[in-house]
Amino acid sequence: MSFVLFLSQAIVPILIFYIVATALMRKKNVYDEFLTGAKSGIRTVVEIMPTLIGLMVAVGVLRASGFLEMFTGMLGKCLSFCKFPTELLPLCIVKLFSSSGATGLLLDLYKEYGTDSYIGFAASLLLSSTETIFYTMSVYFMSVHIKKTRYTLAGALFATLAGIAASVWIATFL
Amino acid sequence: MNYLWGIMMLIGVVYGALTGNLEAVTEQALSSAKEAVSLCITMAGVMAFWVGMMQIADSAGIIRQAAKALDPVISFLFPALSKNHPARKPIATNMVANVLGLGWAATPAGLEAMKALDAERYEEPDHIATDTMCDFLILNISSLQLIPVSIIAYRSQYGSVNPSYIVGPAIVATMLSTLAAVVFIKLRQAVRRHV
Repeated sequence: MSFVLFLSQAIVPILIFYIVATALMRKKNVYDEFLTGAKSGIRTVVEIMPTLIGLMVAVGVLRASGFLEMFTGMLGKCLSFCKFPTELLPLCIVKLFSSSGATGLLLDLYKEYGTDSYIGFAASLLLSSTETIFYTMSVYFMSVHIKKTRYTLAGALFATLAGIAASVWIATFL
Repeated sequence: MNYLWGIMMLIGVVYGALTGNLEAVTEQALSSAKEAVSLCITMAGVMAFWVGMMQIADSAGIIRQAAKALDPVISFLFPALSKNHPARKPIATNMVANVLGLGWAATPAGLEAMKALDAERYEEPDHIATDTMCDFLILNISSLQLIPVSIIAYRSQYGSVNPSYIVGPAIVATMLSTLAAVVFIKLRQAVRRHV
C-alpha cells in the first residue's frame, strides 16, 4: 500500500514533467497549447454547470425531505446479510444511469461523512472505477443502429460489480 | 434522465410535505443551487489545468504514440480484428483517451471505432452487435481512467486534507474492474472457440 500512496503523490508531477519536457524537445509552443486546452476545459465546466445545478438541487431536495434516509434504510434492511455499507447503495444504482446524478450523491456523502472518511473514500473510488453502463451503451450502440446488444450488459455489470467490490474493499485500508 | 430527475423532484416535494419538512426542502433547493455554482468555480481551475496539459500532450504526439504502442494489446483483446482493420486506430485512441481521463476525446474516437466495426462486419445481420463490439464496450464501461481529475477537484472543494491521496487507490480499483472485464471477454472468447 505504501507504494500506491507514493504513486499518488508522485504521478501528477511526473506526468507534468514528462509532457512538458517532451513537447519542448519537439519544439511545440507549450504555453499556447496549454491556453487552448485550458479554454476548452473551462468550456466543459460551463457546459456541465446547469446539469450540476439541476442534480444537486434534486438530491438536496430528496435529502431534506427525509426520503433519502428512508430509502437507504429500506435498502439496508434488504442487504443486511452482507457487510456492504448501505450509505453507498443509492450511489451505485444512480451511477448505472447517470454520471452527473452520481456526482450529486457523491457530494452529498462528502457533506454528510467528510471527504476523508471511510464512506468518502469508498464513494470516490466507486465513481472512479465504474462507468455509466446504460448511458454509454445507448450512445455507442445507437450511433450504429444496433438493437440487440447480446452479452454486453452482462459483461458490463460484471466489471462494474468488480469495481464496486474493489472500492469498498480498498477503502478499508485508507 | 428526464424521468429520473422529474421523479426525484416530485418525490422530494411530496415526501417533504408528508413528513413536514417543506421548509427544509425549500431552503435546501436554493442552497444546493448556490453550492453547485461555487463547485463549478473550483472545478474550472482544475479542469482548465488538466485539459491544458493534455492539449500539450496531444500536440507533442504523445497520445498518438501511446495509441501505437497499444497495438499488441488490441491484438490480444480483440483477436477477431484483422491486422489492418480500420477500427484499430480509433479503438486505441479511445483507450488512451479514457486512460488519461479525456472524456471529450474518448467518445468521438469510440463512436468512430463502432462505425468502423459496423462497416466491416462478417457475422450477424446489422442490427445485432458483433462480438468485437460487445467486447469493446464491456472494456470501455469497465472504466480505464487512471487519474480521477474531477473527483480530486470535488475532494479539494469539500475540505479534504490531501485531495490527490485518492489517485493510487483509484488506480488499483480501476485496474481490478478492468481486469474483471478482460477475464469476462477472454472467457467468452474461449467458450465461443470450443462450441
